[in-house]
Amino acid sequence: MVSTTAEVIYQRPEAFTDVHTHYCPGCTHGTAHRLVAEVIDEMGLREKTIGVAPVGCSVFAYKYFNMDFVEAAHGRAPAMATGIKRVLPENTVFTYQGDGDLASIGMAEIMHAAIRGENITVIFINNAIYGMTGGQMAPTTLAGMKTTSSPFGRDIEMSGSPVRMAEILATIDGVGYVVRRSLHDAANIRKSKKAVRLAFEAQERGLGFSMVELLSSCPTNWKVSPQEALDFVADEMVPVFPLGDYKVSPTLASLKV
Amino acid sequence: MAKELLKGNHAFAEAAIRAGVEAFYGYPITPSTEFLEYMSSRLPSLGRAFVQAESEVAAINMVYGAACTGKRVMTASSSPGVSLMMEGISYIAGTEVPAVVVNVMRGGPGLGNIAPSQGDYYQMVKGGGHGDYFPIVLAPASVQEAIDYIALAFDLAEKYRSIVHVIVDGNMGQMMEPAELPPMKELPTEVPDWAVSGSKGREPNILTSIYIDQEDEEVTNLRLLKRWKEIEKNEVLYDEYEVDDAEILVIGFGTAGRVASSAIREARDEGIKAGLLRPITLAPFPQDRLIELTKKVKRILVVEMNSGMMLDDIMKIVQGKVPVEFYGRMGGVTPLPDEILDELRRVSQNKAPGPKDPRDEWIPRLEQMITGEK
Repeated sequence: MVSTTAEVIYQRPEAFTDVHTHYCPGCTHGTAHRLVAEVIDEMGLREKTIGVAPVGCSVFAYKYFNMDFVEAAHGRAPAMATGIKRVLPENTVFTYQGDGDLASIGMAEIMHAAIRGENITVIFINNAIYGMTGGQMAPTTLAGMKTTSSPFGRDIEMSGSPVRMAEILATIDGVGYVVRRSLHDAANIRKSKKAVRLAFEAQERGLGFSMVELLSSCPTNWKVSPQEALDFVADEMVPVFPLGDYKVSPTLASLKV
Repeated sequence: MAKELLKGNHAFAEAAIRAGVEAFYGYPITPSTEFLEYMSSRLPSLGRAFVQAESEVAAINMVYGAACTGKRVMTASSSPGVSLMMEGISYIAGTEVPAVVVNVMRGGPGLGNIAPSQGDYYQMVKGGGHGDYFPIVLAPASVQEAIDYIALAFDLAEKYRSIVHVIVDGNMGQMMEPAELPPMKELPTEVPDWAVSGSKGREPNILTSIYIDQEDEEVTNLRLLKRWKEIEKNEVLYDEYEVDDAEILVIGFGTAGRVASSAIREARDEGIKAGLLRPITLAPFPQDRLIELTKKVKRILVVEMNSGMMLDDIMKIVQGKVPVEFYGRMGGVTPLPDEILDELRRVSQNKAPGPKDPRDEWIPRLEQMITGEK
């Protein structure tokens, strides 16, 4: 009799529910979700995590994560997360927000959560556009980029320049970890995962506010193919939103994950 | 416990602490600020949560978050601040989580002033935020009542998983009055089965106000409506003074009701048979009691510190069966007992049928009064 042993080397994270997402083909939300779920599994946090979903394309994020979740008003996820974390300090609390949610309507809430040094983790999806409402200009839309509300291209005289949230938040004392990564290819996805891990490690170690900004694609509203969208991230977005570590607490810098 | 001389806002805050509030999130605004200040000094030493938020918008969304954990949570603000909170209040109502909001009302609209007013009746009683929902609204008339009804507000919020507003005006927030505080309640150790707390040992809990299929939203609206009908049946509260043989029924809530009771005492000395119905729950309104009283009295005088907002609800209930008159002060002006006594003298002589809109006859009287005061 031949005995065989099989080792599972890759499987659906336990922190993921077994359903199809509603995201468009070529959208990187699914990738970002998966990274968060894998990190939560690896750190064994699932049963004590409370997620806060935003308003935007990821409004239904709570359907895809196998854990307690609440659904915030547009832009208010950091305030809602604050309300939860302050009464449940032993739980892990994270928000998952897009650029319209976090950097436009929720600018006050994200800034002040960071200023208070709220011990929460924020996953920030920057795809330079409003996805759910059908492709309007976001605060992160690139100069000259055409959207349904900047049909001739973003005019910086009229609408200002794209905002760099990671850099702004890095100036705040209450921040323990803030970096920008990209999801446009496998190597960058691996780096993104490590950043997500460190952001949750920051929270578990009580190091203050942590955020990973993830440059993401939106082929549907950019009106390009999935591959062209990933190329756009690499070629057009990365120069405007440089990847890098903007603030890393010394405790994390020495951490091997 | 013995009575102590307590400042309104401080007493309300201490009452909430003793009722087991585990988190207060707020933003400073006159005339409710002492509430927040008091919480900032008391809650951290008790190991409970306090955050001075960056805005009322953030404060109410923090309340929303904590409400989802099943802990007792509240905020306190004043009129313009409560306007900002309406977004979160609607979400709290839509998610069916319990929370208490205290509104220490001031003169408006707009920036208005910081003087006592009841001008937020519509905003608080009719909902104020978007969508189909029904808030419970309590309107105490003294520091003692506010202490008692803040505790009740938490009980009702949890019983019905509802938003509960406690509305007072700046008079009550700022005044000092003898009152007795309840003993400190022990904090619950159990988490409600619907709350988010981490999904250890159970299926995840999802708390949201989104029902993307209209059929699901309609079912939710219906659930909220049926719950409201239960609240209407079970939770009506009011106070009465000298109504048994009353020919003139005065109706007023909060400070206006309290001032009216002083006027009624003096009117009785003059042989004017007046009595007071003071709704304590503005929502649900003591409709059945008002219908009963309508059968007994000859005239009704509604007294408010606004332009006649509760008046509209009363007109709807009375349906012209008894003449209704109105006396209001607006803009942060509190009526004096003598003003209401004069009204009672006038009303007791008035045999005319009730005006279609009682405000039409009140406006010239008020204009005259304002000119006289100057």
